[in-house]
Amino acid sequence: MELDLKKLKLRNVNEKLQNLDRKKNERDFTIINPEGNHAVCAGLNKEMNVTIKGHVGYYCAGMNQKANITIEGNVGTGVAENMMSGKVHVKGNASQSAGATAHGGLLVIDGDASSRCGISMKGVDIIVKGSVGHMSGFMSQSGNLIVCGNAGEALGDSLYETNIYIRGKVKSLGADCIEKKMDKKHLNKLKKFLKDAEIKNFKAESFKRYGSARKLYNFKIDNSY
Amino acid sequence: MCGIVGIYLKNEKLNNSLGSLLAEMLINMGSRGPDSAGFAIYNEENGEKLKYSICINDTDYENFKKELSEHFDDADIKKNSDHIILKTKKRANDVLKILKDHFKNTSLVGYGKSIEIFKQVGSPHDVVKKFNLNNYSGTHAIGHTRMATESAITTDGSHPYSTGEDECLVHNGSLSNHNNLRRKLKKNGINFDSENDTEVAAGYISNHLANKKNLKETLNDGLRDLDGFYTFITGTRNGFAVLRDEIACKPAVIAETKDYVAIASEFQAMAHLPGVNDAKIFEPEPGVVYSWGS
Repeated sequence: MELDLKKLKLRNVNEKLQNLDRKKNERDFTIINPEGNHAVCAGLNKEMNVTIKGHVGYYCAGMNQKANITIEGNVGTGVAENMMSGKVHVKGNASQSAGATAHGGLLVIDGDASSRCGISMKGVDIIVKGSVGHMSGFMSQSGNLIVCGNAGEALGDSLYETNIYIRGKVKSLGADCIEKKMDKKHLNKLKKFLKDAEIKNFKAESFKRYGSARKLYNFKIDNSY
Repeated sequence: MCGIVGIYLKNEKLNNSLGSLLAEMLINMGSRGPDSAGFAIYNEENGEKLKYSICINDTDYENFKKELSEHFDDADIKKNSDHIILKTKKRANDVLKILKDHFKNTSLVGYGKSIEIFKQVGSPHDVVKKFNLNNYSGTHAIGHTRMATESAITTDGSHPYSTGEDECLVHNGSLSNHNNLRRKLKKNGINFDSENDTEVAAGYISNHLANKKNLKETLNDGLRDLDGFYTFITGTRNGFAVLRDEIACKPAVIAETKDYVAIASEFQAMAHLPGVNDAKIFEPEPGVVYSWGS
């Protein structure tokens, strides 16, 4: 089904997708003329496929659960922020704070993501085929951030237990972020991610792994009850 | 918040539609700045005369025109709502003195061979309509929609700020060291009309340029001296430059095609531009000066 944002109101389009009639066997949607609108496809919570043809604004696919959303264009700030599950695939570039605070699901960005990619991520997996900007993975808690290009300044500043894999150069590491040994188990995990994202031209062995030195924690795991 | 927009035309065929392209951008950015709006249009004219953009507020135009003509022997005056464009060979210092001594209720908002600046309080939609922006043509233009934060909603508090002949500045963000900087610049002889932080940045730029630094050097020095959040667009006679602070909290997106370069706070402000979906679209990197045409 085609939904034209030039003719329909954004609120009506989102409402329709958020309240999908499960009795109808309609699971495939295409949104045309997004024209940089904010919050397109925010709050979807059922299995469906949505393709957005064009560039969108802020918070696209925010809070996503279960839906499979593809954006054939660039996205603004906070794509897939607070995603719980499902998949969001950006075919262009992403602005800052991509995948912010997301708990689960998969975010794939074919182009570059700018600053603070994966900020405070809580379990999402993010694969960026290009590069990421400064302070990416800031205070990230769990999940995997995989970058095929370079990373900007202060990568992984104050991070907790996120695994960060970078193939290119890292301009600088943030506080408490260190390079870590790539074990076989990490390598196998990374291989699976690359396969799922259909990345064939880069070998898992060419990535480096980064994580927390665990010196900034306010608590020590040994002290927990 | 605030919204900033700019467009620089590479293809002369678009010159006649410059005003209408910018108008749509400004109206769209009303969502980021509903308090006031303003724009600078660059349209170079031949001859030795300079164009002075003057806001006359509620001064009676006919009287003003009559009195003004007494001080200028070559005045060519054109009215546009509560602004006038005065064309004269007189230099800026002389014009400023005449305005200060005889026309207290007016303010010079910009001057140059090419630039015309219009700005006023009200929604961007109303400001665009009031000044008939749609009818303007030119080579490049920048604009601003303001959500007032650190100073009052006044014409003086509206952007763009003129920084010198054919130069102007729009700003999204806030500066934290503007009071100190203002004091320093005042000592160097720079005048300020408002308590606004952006006016200080504008003064900083004109002070640097007057000391024979070029725009790129000036903006690079600004990275060191201006403390706060900002995305700046600086208009010059031949083009414009863009700078984001090194933290890059304030947004900016650039769309470039073979016909134009456009910049806006959000992509949606450019969604109406011809061929924008096939444009090269990118975000300016933090702490890097980008410039076109200048």
